[in-house]
Amino acid sequence: MAYETVIGLEVHVELKTKTKIFCGCSTDFGAEPNTQVCPSCAGFPGTVPVLNKKAVELAVKAGLSLNCEIANYSKFDRKNYFYPDLPKAYQISQYDYPICGKGYIDIDISGESKRIGITRAHLEEDAGKLVHQGSITTTTSSLVDLNRSSVPLLEIVSEPEMRSGIEARLYLEKLRSILLFAGVSDCKMQEGSLRCDANVSVRPYGQAEFGTRVEIKNLNSFKALEKAIEFEAKRHVDAIEDGEELIQETRTWDDEKQVTKSMRTKEDAEDYRYFPDPDLPPIKLNEAFINDIKENLPELPDEAQKRLVEKYNLPNYDASLLTMTPDVLTFFDECMKEYEDAKVVSNWMMGELTRLLNQNNIELSESKINPEHLINMLQLINKGTISGKMAKTVFEEMFNSGKDPEAIIKEKGLVQISDEETLLATIEEVINNNPKVLEDYKAGKEKAFGFFVGQVMKATKGQANPAIVNKLLKEKLNGE
Amino acid sequence: MELFELTVYELQEKIKKREISSEEIVKSIYKRINEVENTIKSFITLADEKNILENAKKIDAKNEYNGLAGIPYALKDIFCTSDFRTTCSSKMLENFVPTYNASATVKLREQDAILMGKLNMDEFAMGSSTERSAFHLTCNPWDLERVPGGSSGGSAAAVAAGEIPFALGTDTGGSLRQPAAFCGVVGLKPTYGRVSRWGVIAFASSLDQAGPITKDVRDTAIIMNEIAGYDSLDSNSLDVEVPDYTQFLNQDIKGLKIGYPKEYFQEYVTQEVKDAVINALKKYEELGAVVEEVSLPYTEYALPAYYLIAPAEASANLARFDGVRFGYRDTNAENVLDMFKQSRSAAFNNEVKRRILFGTNSLRSNNYEDYYLKAQKVRRLVRDDFTRVFKDYDVIVAPTTPTTAFKIGEQINHPIILYLNDIITVPVNLAGLPGMSIPCGFSDGLPIGMQLIGKPFDEGTLIKAGHAFEQSTDYHKAKPAVGVK
Repeated sequence: MAYETVIGLEVHVELKTKTKIFCGCSTDFGAEPNTQVCPSCAGFPGTVPVLNKKAVELAVKAGLSLNCEIANYSKFDRKNYFYPDLPKAYQISQYDYPICGKGYIDIDISGESKRIGITRAHLEEDAGKLVHQGSITTTTSSLVDLNRSSVPLLEIVSEPEMRSGIEARLYLEKLRSILLFAGVSDCKMQEGSLRCDANVSVRPYGQAEFGTRVEIKNLNSFKALEKAIEFEAKRHVDAIEDGEELIQETRTWDDEKQVTKSMRTKEDAEDYRYFPDPDLPPIKLNEAFINDIKENLPELPDEAQKRLVEKYNLPNYDASLLTMTPDVLTFFDECMKEYEDAKVVSNWMMGELTRLLNQNNIELSESKINPEHLINMLQLINKGTISGKMAKTVFEEMFNSGKDPEAIIKEKGLVQISDEETLLATIEEVINNNPKVLEDYKAGKEKAFGFFVGQVMKATKGQANPAIVNKLLKEKLNGE
Repeated sequence: MELFELTVYELQEKIKKREISSEEIVKSIYKRINEVENTIKSFITLADEKNILENAKKIDAKNEYNGLAGIPYALKDIFCTSDFRTTCSSKMLENFVPTYNASATVKLREQDAILMGKLNMDEFAMGSSTERSAFHLTCNPWDLERVPGGSSGGSAAAVAAGEIPFALGTDTGGSLRQPAAFCGVVGLKPTYGRVSRWGVIAFASSLDQAGPITKDVRDTAIIMNEIAGYDSLDSNSLDVEVPDYTQFLNQDIKGLKIGYPKEYFQEYVTQEVKDAVINALKKYEELGAVVEEVSLPYTEYALPAYYLIAPAEASANLARFDGVRFGYRDTNAENVLDMFKQSRSAAFNNEVKRRILFGTNSLRSNNYEDYYLKAQKVRRLVRDDFTRVFKDYDVIVAPTTPTTAFKIGEQINHPIILYLNDIITVPVNLAGLPGMSIPCGFSDGLPIGMQLIGKPFDEGTLIKAGHAFEQSTDYHKAKPAVGVK
């Protein structure tokens, strides 16, 4: 029997505020434990939360970027549970009246557009962090760091409308790029400012009701998301085929072993006893506030992609890659101010630039290359100063050191030899040294020509202008 | 007359005229405390006399006799203070010293009022007799065998006994007005949002409100001038202009429309209490007010609604006392869950546990709609009752409590009977209205309290009506005989 995988994602995004959602503490990442804590976010008696307006603004901005309905009325609720990293023993979240309602985003699956629904997006505070001495199961003491406690989060819940690990990954990538363009979050998975849980079930094709659902918690990379879903879908299908019963549970992804593991079953599920937080009045937003944010939304990935296709005649594929992050798009746009051939720029960015970023596992903003240098380099190719092959060396050096291409060429002696007299001398020498190959050539063996080119390049340490070498060699050989 | 017997206003006048110094007031206060504290036991933590005297001298040396400078006061031990432990009368917070001060007390500190210590209460403000303190009982100064009321019992007893000129308390369902009535002093629960809740340890956040306990209505106006107002640290604090409350003193009340709800004069109210309040209403008529019977039909549902909402909020508010970061921790537990459980089992009293269980149960997902949500709907109806009556009336007058102070131990094992003490005070909290209790009579030597209820942010009219009554009667001048040999 053929099965269909059903996936819904819950994504937690840290909003880019300077201070926490309910107090004035800093939200900077990586500070010494418990240095960004006050009595309020530590949940001390007598303290009460005060809502950070910026967090509301960013949540609305995110919602509008995700085509969500923005609620004129929303409120905060307490989600009650005991855990040492949860200082008030409840988390302030939004339960039945979230700030953002239904929305959607469009993803590209092998050239086809698919719309994935968003159920809701709500504001909440983050919890603290436990640092276990050793492993969680064997530790005799654990330390609490409350730096993250009350950091503003937006939880974005999708409809169960994805059908494969790849679709889920594309959704998450698109979501990330939209939030980055909107400027509402840094979306750094390694720093926890973008976190993803996946709800996965399978069912026979054509069946209306969902299968038993499993939640996979804390997927911390795009790759892990895709792999975990594929693994889980296969595990479900195998279980069904073997007549085993699946249980509703929460699992984690073991990246080392590439398997999911059980964390807790539904029977352990808590009743969070949600109720409206009496410390916080409801959020009432008027249309003017919402419209103001709407009118000032920056260009989002879909619009940018359309612009690149229409203005520069780029293929959709190129345009989608160039709009993955605002940094990449800005880089491209900067190049286009000084250079006319968009496809050439796109090729370098999708090819060498992407390769080097992946190889070094960094973001564009962390590399040292800049648009001006890339344009200078492209102009040097056009002028014939360097060959395309040399340019790759130059590019890598620009990427690593941030030096301008002229300096690199000079340093490495990478100037191309286009002077015909110099080249002719080398060509004659090569021909004279290889009389046997010359005979082969005259006998009609095409390969011999390539050999001569290679020898000339070798003799000039790759600096000969290949086009001129070709021309001169042809003249020389045929002229005799 | 000794200085400890004077009101805040009288002390202010004498200080202004340079007749007395703050040092002399403080000395008199300590003398009184030494005289009666062993009997009354209203304090949990009393400031060191040497330090306070030095502080008083410094204030005297400033030579600026404005506001409350140099006037001593004390706080219910629910207000966070950085110089005194803040216990909420609980073993859970026995040694807890906050690093911060409640907003309401910050304002008094800025005035150079002198904080003398922290006053006894029912643990986490849950109780109507101050018998639920983890530390000791407080006695009613009028009759040492009787309770001072609660939960602000320590505050009311201390003011009544002359241990302190004024105190701050809190009122969630009557915790300020009921002990004021039992101890024959004035207690005002302001409009919800009028006085900042920041730094006041929460019992039920949507109901809690801080307010003054004083010897007379004039002092209430004076203290309200200092503690009322918007506070950006409390999201429920409202940005409504604060009038000068003393302008409502000595005003004519001719034509003032007073309604008395028939539901507040039912059989659960003793005849003596009813008579005293009815006499007070007659006095108001003499003074030119229009007095008419009104109806608040949802009154009978207010108490059950309160006992669903308050415990629900309390169950969440008290969950932070888990032994992890501060307060009591059981150190024998083998794992974190047991540590939570054992710490909470050991450090909360039965009443607190009972309410946490009530609250937890009414918030369970399968009970939520039947209990918590229904109670919120009742709350709306109770509020609508008041809104309707206040269209035609300026003030509602009622007894504060159904009875006078009861005997220590008499009701402690009957929680439901104890809850009934709040039957006439609770609707005011549900509606967020201001309510004030002032002395209006005596029965067997025990004070009787009259409750004045006002429109939102209309504390001024309560002060006006209260002061007019006070000016034409002497009940507020009566003093308990405690400490008199």
